[in-house]
Amino acid sequence: MSSVVDMRAQLATVTLPSPVLTASGCAAAGRELDRFFDVTAIGAVVTKSIMAQPRSGRATPRMAETPAGMLNSIGLQGPGIEEFIRKDLRWLRERGARTVVSIAGGSVNEFAELADRLRHEEGIAAIEVNISCPNVESRGQVFACDARAAGSVIQAVRRHTSALTPIFAKLSPDVTDIADIASACVNAGADGLSMINTTLGMVIDTDTMRPALAGIMGGLSGPAIRPMAVRCVWQVRQTLPDIPILGMGGIASGLDALQFILAGANAVSVGTATFNDPSAPMRVHNELAAALAARGFRSLADAVSHAHREEGALL
Amino acid sequence: MSSQHFGKADVGPIQVRGEVLAVRRSGDYYVLVFAAPGIAELTAPGSFVAIAVGGQPTAMLLRRCFSIHRVDTTGALGGTVEIVVDAHGPGTKWLVERAQGDAIDIIAPLGRPFSLPKEPVPCVLVGGGYGAAPLFMLADQLRERGCRVDMILGAATESRLFGVVDGRRRTSSLSITTDDGSLGTKGRVTDVLDGILDEHGGQVIYACGPMGMLAGLARVAALRGIVSQCAVEEAMACGVGVCMTCVLPVVGTDGVTRMTRSCTDGPVFFGDQVRWDEIGTVPVDCLGAPASTTGVAR
Repeated sequence: MSSVVDMRAQLATVTLPSPVLTASGCAAAGRELDRFFDVTAIGAVVTKSIMAQPRSGRATPRMAETPAGMLNSIGLQGPGIEEFIRKDLRWLRERGARTVVSIAGGSVNEFAELADRLRHEEGIAAIEVNISCPNVESRGQVFACDARAAGSVIQAVRRHTSALTPIFAKLSPDVTDIADIASACVNAGADGLSMINTTLGMVIDTDTMRPALAGIMGGLSGPAIRPMAVRCVWQVRQTLPDIPILGMGGIASGLDALQFILAGANAVSVGTATFNDPSAPMRVHNELAAALAARGFRSLADAVSHAHREEGALL
Repeated sequence: MSSQHFGKADVGPIQVRGEVLAVRRSGDYYVLVFAAPGIAELTAPGSFVAIAVGGQPTAMLLRRCFSIHRVDTTGALGGTVEIVVDAHGPGTKWLVERAQGDAIDIIAPLGRPFSLPKEPVPCVLVGGGYGAAPLFMLADQLRERGCRVDMILGAATESRLFGVVDGRRRTSSLSITTDDGSLGTKGRVTDVLDGILDEHGGQVIYACGPMGMLAGLARVAALRGIVSQCAVEEAMACGVGVCMTCVLPVVGTDGVTRMTRSCTDGPVFFGDQVRWDEIGTVPVDCLGAPASTTGVAR
């Protein structure tokens, strides 16, 4: 039936042997998932967002299950950039995994400092800029929800990052026009876009009759948000025909991943699905390869944006 | 029956597509037996399993985690694993409705298990409700090392006790407490603990059960200058260490408090490591705690 599909993915200047990456926040720094599948066999490990200083994260309860989804309010717990470089980045490098480092900050300066700190570190394929953080200098408004604020962060990170290292802006869906934010990020120097991050949600515990999360609100993820995520990829691809897109949001199977590819993603991240199945990233890769072969695609690249083709166009 | 496992099988944890062998009732609980080759030989008492629920594709994304009650490496079925389930939510209800032959996706063994004493010493094992599940395997291993084992089982009422017969068979003494006095002594496990420690000179308390019970036992152990090992039960999403939801404030060997994953660095902790009264908060002196003038951060 099928000849082998060329599964290489191109994200800006980075060529990956697989179009499946882990999603930030769902894979730590790769060690835990490496017990279940070979983390060097997927496209890359996207690490949990790291900040300059160690961060405790929020009080528990930090999560709530929702229909085909979950809320999380972790609060960006992390060891801080120095320990991350010393322990996590080093492990990934020695392991031979491709790594995308996700950075988070509370101000434009913090993002710039993180970029600076990582500038001369080896083993970083790309930087994912987590702009779904509150801007402490603007009454806690999330950077990603304001085109100018998002652009400022991207501009600063671009300036402090080697030209050889692509930077991807991670977009939030909680905006009126995601293509608008996307354009602002690209104009500010983003080499690509990761979308989508979680969307803000809540659960009220009907036993205690209080919010279920200690943090009150949390980020909703999982299959429940997939249609929103596919819609965002579609919209941004329509507006920006050439920008590299890393698509994510509730991918749990090869066919889910295929939706994103067809909508315009050059590669995909698998996140929440790993909580249900820690081997999900590898499984999604294998299922996606089979799905592409069954539809007659010679390569993954041929399928990118294929759903945008003209009516009556041949395969 | 086909089952396959993924992962580094020499050390675990491994992910196994196994099969349900039996579901039986035990008081208010259910005991589930799974065929899941490869797990039994890696298991130590105190480790746990993470099971996917709801079938595939599922609307219940989060794994459900249970202490391992018993394992068996012998027999024609290959390795088996048993757990005790309190069916109170949609995931556990789905689980106890499984029938013989149903497929099950199970990851095990997870977590840091109980550590056994180097010298034979008297030990007291305390189980609260279905928390008693891992204590019987532990009792066997302790006795193999020449330790005297006394056990206390406590619950709200008789039907919420687990393992009374198992306990009697495996220990030098079994004490039972129920809040309502329906069986054994009316009261809590801590009401009878001091007496048992005094009588037999217990040097280590091993415990599994509700947080409040563990906190009380840890306090007794601290006052007496003896060791307590407490297996906590925190809500978990993944069970494997990537989601960061199962944390509690734990004091490290360096004296620094960190929000610590109970799935990876626990579920067994030394009683004097856990800041029991501050579970559900971030202590102000926790590593990376938000700078706050309003006391405990939330």
